[in-house]
Amino acid sequence: MDLALTEEQEMITGMVRRFVREEILPLELTLDPDADELPEADRQRLTEKTRAMGLYGLDIPPEFGGPEIDLVTRTLIAIETSQHRAGLYAPCYGVFGGAGLAQLFEATEAQQARYLHPMLRGEKSGFFGLTEPSGGSDPARAIQTRAVRDGDDWIINGSKIFISGADRADFGLVFARTDPDRGRNGVTCFIVDTDTPGFHVRRVVHTLRSARYATELQFEDMRVPHANVLGAVNGGFAIANDRLSRQRIPYAAGCIGVAVKAHELALEYAPQRQTFGAPLSSRQAIQWMLVDNEIDIRQARWLTLEAAARAQRGDAFRKEAAMAKLVATEAGSRVVDRCMQIFGGYGVTKDFPFERWYREMRIRRIGEGPNEVQRHIIARDLLGASLR
Amino acid sequence: MPKRKSSRNPPIVPIRLDKPWLPLDAAAGLPGQLGVFELADDAGQLQYIGCAGGRSRFGLRSEVPAAAERIPGARRFRVEVTMAYLTRHQELLMAHQADEGALPPHNEPQPRLGRLSPGS
Repeated sequence: MDLALTEEQEMITGMVRRFVREEILPLELTLDPDADELPEADRQRLTEKTRAMGLYGLDIPPEFGGPEIDLVTRTLIAIETSQHRAGLYAPCYGVFGGAGLAQLFEATEAQQARYLHPMLRGEKSGFFGLTEPSGGSDPARAIQTRAVRDGDDWIINGSKIFISGADRADFGLVFARTDPDRGRNGVTCFIVDTDTPGFHVRRVVHTLRSARYATELQFEDMRVPHANVLGAVNGGFAIANDRLSRQRIPYAAGCIGVAVKAHELALEYAPQRQTFGAPLSSRQAIQWMLVDNEIDIRQARWLTLEAAARAQRGDAFRKEAAMAKLVATEAGSRVVDRCMQIFGGYGVTKDFPFERWYREMRIRRIGEGPNEVQRHIIARDLLGASLR
Repeated sequence: MPKRKSSRNPPIVPIRLDKPWLPLDAAAGLPGQLGVFELADDAGQLQYIGCAGGRSRFGLRSEVPAAAERIPGARRFRVEVTMAYLTRHQELLMAHQADEGALPPHNEPQPRLGRLSPGS
């Protein structure tokens, strides 16, 4: 098994690394330590640069105008783009673009014309509305939002929570129960315009991620045309589930990138900082922290790249994606915690990025399926669906 | 033993700042912490919603008087200490937009401000 990067991967990751160091890090020094957006002029300027580099819209399929870059290389890029203060949740502040709601690549032509193409052109944005107050880890059973057919329309009533970007979005994917007796086979995905009467953003949900809030949504007799059903009626769970597995790979990559950057800062600091007449790096306690960081990062990196390689080949990758998410989020948390300890008092100030990474990394062990659910997925795969 | 009141959702922090207004000369006694603040005129009409972010010199203590100096007619203030100063600031702006149909007179237009329909 060859674990070395190809020449092309070396070239691309090197180019992205330089971009982060020369463009993002200096700019970040001028922003609020919790910021996750660039001033508009900088965003436009840097987006032009990523377009010129041929790396804009990395996750957009080539037939929709994205660059043809394989998933392993995209994962390596995701590790690079997250190596800055805002990198965990706003890698390079979005100037590499995104695929938005990937589910829309499977939409009908009319739906693509109305939602997908404007989204890819940056004219519209969407949100993903799955989690409900009744729970998020078991969407097949927790979804209580109800959609009832009424002629050519559906009437939707219910609520969603922890939904990112709904207050700014033009439309969203809303999962609702259309058959109460069929469990996971009774959920349908609807494309909902946010100016539809009955659509409400009821409140902001503040979290440890202090740069960006989530929202709580309420739907009151919201009428959605049948033409806005995405995929098949009662086929929504597959749409949600596919997204959840795929999303775990870049989610893991972001954690690795932050861990790499934190470790790099600690490696630079430990030999400079003097304690009791000797550099911090001469202390075994510190050396072991750095060693453990290195091992954590490598383990997470190889598991994540393996999951990406399997997905790229078209092999089953659900278990591997769960392992990558589990290991990378826990390893990343440990690395940031150790680096904070090495930096001492400075580590907890807003002068350095550790405190932000520490807060945001904590969310990663819960987001995209809590790590206990990842263990459950892996166990189910090892033991069979019935856990016999 | 008293019965625990059951609730499906956790308690919700009030969306709007509803503390009493304080005179501006009390700003010198503010904590140096980060947070959000509102400025009003003599009649208690809201003029500006601001925040003391991570790069402010002395947090609310320096940001409230600095903003008051820029805003003619600002005579009173109220604050909320919070580390979530960015999202709380956005929330207060959105709530004001929802209540009044516009931002406070001295806040710059915010093209990317979200939409909230918080109810009363």
